[in-house]
Amino acid sequence: MATRVLPAFGSRRSIHIFERNFYAYRSQWLMFVSGFFEPLFYLLSIGIGLNHLVGPQLVGGRLVSYATFVAPGMLATSAMNGAVIDSIFNPFFRLKISHTYDAVLSTPLDVTDVALGEVWWALSRAALYAASFIVCMVLLGDTTSWWVVLCWPGALLASLAFTCVGLAGCTYVRSWQDFDVVTLVQLPLFLFSGTFFPITLYPRWLGAIVSVSPLYQAAALLRGLATGQFDALMILRAGYLVALGLAGLWLAARRFRAILAP
Amino acid sequence: MTAQGGARDIVLEARGLVKRFGAFEAVRGVDFAIARGECFGFLGPNGAGKTSTMRMISAVSRPTEGSLTIFGLDPRTHGPAIRGRIGVVPQDDSLELELSVRLNIEIYGRYFDLPRRVLRERADELLEFARLTERANSKVDDLSGGMKRRLTIARALVNRPDLLILDEPTTGLDPQARHLLWERLYRLKREGVTLIITTHYMDEAEQLCDRLVVMDNGTIVAEGAPRELIERHSSREVIELRFGTDTPEQIRVALATHAERVEVLPDRVLLYVEDGDVALRAVHGSGLTPVSSLVRRSSLEDVFLRLTGRTLVD
Repeated sequence: MATRVLPAFGSRRSIHIFERNFYAYRSQWLMFVSGFFEPLFYLLSIGIGLNHLVGPQLVGGRLVSYATFVAPGMLATSAMNGAVIDSIFNPFFRLKISHTYDAVLSTPLDVTDVALGEVWWALSRAALYAASFIVCMVLLGDTTSWWVVLCWPGALLASLAFTCVGLAGCTYVRSWQDFDVVTLVQLPLFLFSGTFFPITLYPRWLGAIVSVSPLYQAAALLRGLATGQFDALMILRAGYLVALGLAGLWLAARRFRAILAP
Repeated sequence: MTAQGGARDIVLEARGLVKRFGAFEAVRGVDFAIARGECFGFLGPNGAGKTSTMRMISAVSRPTEGSLTIFGLDPRTHGPAIRGRIGVVPQDDSLELELSVRLNIEIYGRYFDLPRRVLRERADELLEFARLTERANSKVDDLSGGMKRRLTIARALVNRPDLLILDEPTTGLDPQARHLLWERLYRLKREGVTLIITTHYMDEAEQLCDRLVVMDNGTIVAEGAPRELIERHSSREVIELRFGTDTPEQIRVALATHAERVEVLPDRVLLYVEDGDVALRAVHGSGLTPVSSLVRRSSLEDVFLRLTGRTLVD
């Protein structure tokens, strides 16, 4: 009946979770629209302010303006922040407060459909926001190459990784208080993952630790794509994001099953 | 699966059903079979294993041991197909509070792959059935408890289920709302829908259930029609006597000669007897002077308390 999307994981029915979220958000369009403005504000503040204070930066052996350096980092950050909303806050509410998923699992849908459906939804939103972000980058002159269009699939890879890991993480959240922990992880990731400055400024050992950060990998990947400077390392970075995503999705479904259908 | 001999059409059959969570055994090997069109009840105190059993028979959680067939299918391998033919009314409505009454039904229907056009028609029918037509566009958050419950039942019917599972359908409702729900459930039963309910209200179980099981500590301690269970586990009538502040032991001994069974509670004494009026005259004749007395028919509640005890579980 249902065609498999991935081997032994989820079915076509997962799209109904997307539909459910679509209807639920129709009444919250303001929140939806605000997602477009957040990255735009970042870009403007940096373009107008920091760009004039901070000198050009080296990317792949070429000097680019600070705005050009930092914009891909902001795009990666925006992917992370969007994923936190769509994979931790909202699913936590559906999982433990409104018991939406309990009702869903009484229907032909399975926990893997629920997890996959949330991923479809988060990725769709991320696709819209990333596209608008990239348009802003181009309009504000923060790009040096038309390769910047590749930032769109690149940002989706970042969203995939963050969404799936977040979805797994949301199952460990016990109450609203635990969201302080989420912020505690999110903020240092944002500040220290090579988003604002190159990690070559760190001592070597610290740089090695930071390079594990998915936000660093995402920022580095997007920076390469935005400036059209490709290297073999980018394949590894993309692979890392995909692997993180698949592992997160697997864990999320496992945890959903333990909580919802023990 | 068709029943042996074809006498009854079995919708659901469990044999030696066990559910363990780590070392804790919530359900310890239960057997039951439910026939098409029957209303079957699960009674039991909190923690008796009802909810775990309900989750297994709604093909949501997997049995640890034992066999379970629903519509002749194994839920381990045919979960989606089985759930597609079941309607579930969970204890906490788990409705979409931010969405309209109508959307709650339509979105739920989409989970069953029903086309939107079909769902618009069904939502109309179900809103009528649940007497919510006027509130179709209200936000669910603004509904009363009874309306929410009716909506949850309407939602559970969107896939036209062959089997409807209701977990404490009337808890927290006022008498008017309860009676309206009962009437709706009768109507479904007449249409041939098999009903499985859990409830804490014994009058509800007596009213609705053709057959029921009483669960305690993860096992089934009694099974039968409500009237059968009363006959088997209790006397025909019960006398309730009050003796001021406390009931001395000698009164208890004196009363024992007049009844099949005597139960002394902090505030009253219960005498289980065949004929209440005769026994009450005998009590008075033996010189005992209760402050008040009441003769009533034995109820399912008496059976329930006898089988599962009066100790509070949680």
